[in-house]
Amino acid sequence: MAEGALRLRGVHKSFGATAIIRGVSLDVAAGERHAIIGPNGAGKSTLFNLVSGRLAPTRGSILLDGAEIAGKRAYEVSRLGLARSFQVTNIFPRMSVFENIRASLFWPLGHRYDFWRDAARLADVNERAAHTLERIGLADRRDAMAGVLTYAEQRALEIGIAIAGGAGVILLDEPTAGMSRAETEKAVELIREVTRGRTLVMVEHDMGVVFGLADRVSVLVYGEIVATGTPANIRVNEAVQSAYLGSAAHA
Amino acid sequence: MSRAGRRLAVCAALLAALPWVPGLDGGFARSLLTQMGIAAIFAISYNLLLGQTGLLSFGHAVYFGLGGYAAIHLLRAVNAGLPLPLPLVPLAGLAAGLVAGIAIGAVATRRAGTIFALITLGVGELVHAASLMLPAFFGGEEGVTASRTRAPHLFGLDFGSQVQVYYVVAFWLVAAALAALAFMRTPVGRMCNAVRDNPERAEFIGYNPQRIRFIACSVAAALAGLAGGLHAINYEIVTSEAVGAARSGEVLLMVYIGGVHHFAGAILGAVAITWLQVSLSDYTSAWLLYLGLFFMAIILYAPGGLAGILARHAAIVRARAAGPVMLAYAFALPAALLMIAGSATLIEIAYRLSTRPEAGARMRLFWIPMNAATPWPWIGAALVALAGYLLLKRAAPRVRAAWDLASPAEAVRG
Repeated sequence: MAEGALRLRGVHKSFGATAIIRGVSLDVAAGERHAIIGPNGAGKSTLFNLVSGRLAPTRGSILLDGAEIAGKRAYEVSRLGLARSFQVTNIFPRMSVFENIRASLFWPLGHRYDFWRDAARLADVNERAAHTLERIGLADRRDAMAGVLTYAEQRALEIGIAIAGGAGVILLDEPTAGMSRAETEKAVELIREVTRGRTLVMVEHDMGVVFGLADRVSVLVYGEIVATGTPANIRVNEAVQSAYLGSAAHA
Repeated sequence: MSRAGRRLAVCAALLAALPWVPGLDGGFARSLLTQMGIAAIFAISYNLLLGQTGLLSFGHAVYFGLGGYAAIHLLRAVNAGLPLPLPLVPLAGLAAGLVAGIAIGAVATRRAGTIFALITLGVGELVHAASLMLPAFFGGEEGVTASRTRAPHLFGLDFGSQVQVYYVVAFWLVAAALAALAFMRTPVGRMCNAVRDNPERAEFIGYNPQRIRFIACSVAAALAGLAGGLHAINYEIVTSEAVGAARSGEVLLMVYIGGVHHFAGAILGAVAITWLQVSLSDYTSAWLLYLGLFFMAIILYAPGGLAGILARHAAIVRARAAGPVMLAYAFALPAALLMIAGSATLIEIAYRLSTRPEAGARMRLFWIPMNAATPWPWIGAALVALAGYLLLKRAAPRVRAAWDLASPAEAVRG
C-alpha cells in the first residue's frame, strides 16, 4: 500500500451506552486531500481522536499504510507518521515559538530520548525548524513566548507543529476556526502548500475552504458516513443536502 | 573564550573568592557558605523536577538522605582503609540517588499532577519510617557517623578545615549546575519543558510523557543524592532527619521562593533560605513563622519568586523606565517597613509571653525598651502596623500604575 494511506473499517466508539461513532469505513488514498464535514455533534472530532490515538475505538480497524493503529497510544501513532492539529489551540505556551516547532522535530529526525547532545547544535533540527517558521510566516516571532501570540499566530503555530516533522498523513481539526476571511484565505494557501505530496484529512466547517481544498469530501452524520465523493458530487447530493448542507449551502 | 565560558569563569572565580571576602572569612560564615552550596545543589535538582518538568514532589529528601547514607558508609570504608580521596566520596551519593530515582521514578512517574505528588509523599514517609526500623544501615536514632579527616590526603589536603570542605562543595556545585544546564539543552531536556507545558501535545509529536518524566526524575534524584553526599562529608553524620518530610518541604520552599521559572531561582532560594535559617534563628525563636509568612507573601504577590522580581526589575532598568517605579517604591517601602515592624513587635511580645515566660515581660525590640505585661507595647505596635498597612494601601495603586507605565507587556503577562 502506498505511503500516507489511511483505511478505516467498521470503526465504532461508545461512551458508556452512548454510541458516538457507529461503524465508519473510509479509504483515503495516499496524496489525497480529504475533508470530513457534518453537523455539530456528528462525531468528527471523536473520529480524529480515534485515528490519532487519543482514544481507542470500541471496535473496528484503522490501518495506516497497512499497519493496524487502532488502540495504539498517541505517541506510537505519531511515530508511524501521522501528525495532527487541534481544534482548540494546543501548543507549548511557556516555550518560544522556535522551541515549539523544534520539539516536534526531535523524534521524526531520530533524536528521540537523546539526553547527551546540545539541541542548539543539532543542525538538521534547527534548519528544519527555521524553514518551518518561514513557511508558516512566524519567522519574525521566533523568540516570542508561544502563550503570548495572537490567536491567528497560535493557529499558524498549531499547524506548524503538525506539519514540521514531515509526517505522511496529516489530520487538521478545523484549522480555520475563528479566523477572519483574510486570515482564512492565508491559512488555506498555507495548508495547500505544506501538504503538497502528503495525505491530508481535515474537519472543516467553512464550506469555502472545503470545496477549495479537498479532492474528496465525506459527510458524517450521527456517527455514520452518509456520503463520500468529489466536492461537486457532494454539493448536489440530496441525502447530504437534507441531512446537513441545507442551510449552509444557501448561507 | 565563548560567552558561556566567560560566565563559567566568573562564577568559578566568585565561588573561589567568597570565603576570603572580609566578613565571610570566619569559621561561622564559611560553614554557612558550605551549607548554602549544598542547599543550592539540592535546589537545582528540585528545580529540574518542579520548574522544568512540572512535577511537584513532596519526597525529594528521600534521594538526598539515601545519597547521604551511601556517602557516609563509603566514608566509613575509607576510614577503615579504602584508598579513596574525600572529594570523590559524594559520588556514592550521586549513584545512590540515581538508583533510588530509577526505582521510585518508575512507579511515581506513571502519573503526573496530584497523584505524583501523593506518591512521593507516601514514599517519603515510607523511607523515613524504614530509616528508623533498619538500624543496620540507617544507624537508628543516632544516625551513622564517620570522619572525613581519616582519609588519604589529596595534594596534602586533609579536609580538616571548613574552607577545604567548602571548596569540595563549590567544585561539585559548579559541576552540578553545568550538568543540569547541559541536560536542559538536550532534546530530552527540551521535552521536559514540553511535557510540563502540555503533556498531551507532547504525545502527538512522538513522546511518551511518562518516559520523559522518568528520565527527569532520575537525573534530579542523582543530583539530590550528590547534595546528600556532600551533606554527609560536611557534618560527618547522617541521621534519619536527612530523609524526612521537613527537608523535602524545605527544598520546595527554596525553589518556590527563589523562583520556579528561573534556573538561578533555585540557587537564590537556597542561599536566602539557608541564610534565614541560620541567622534569623539567632535573633528570634519565631523565625519559622516569619519564614512561613515570607513564603505566603511570595506565593501571593510574586509567584515568580526572587528571580522573577529581579528579572522584572532588570527589564525595566534596561528599558530605562525604572524611574517612576522607584519613585513609587519610595512611598511604598517605608509603609511596608512600618507594617512589618509593627507586626513583628506584636509577634515577638506574644512569643515572649507564651514561650519564654521565665525570661520576664521586660524586653527590648527595635532598640525600644518595653514591658509586655502592660497594654502599651501592644497598642503601640498595633497602631504602627495599622498605620503601615493604611499607607501601603494608598501607595499600592501608585506602584501598580508605575509598573503599567513602565512595561505594558509585562503588566498583561502579570
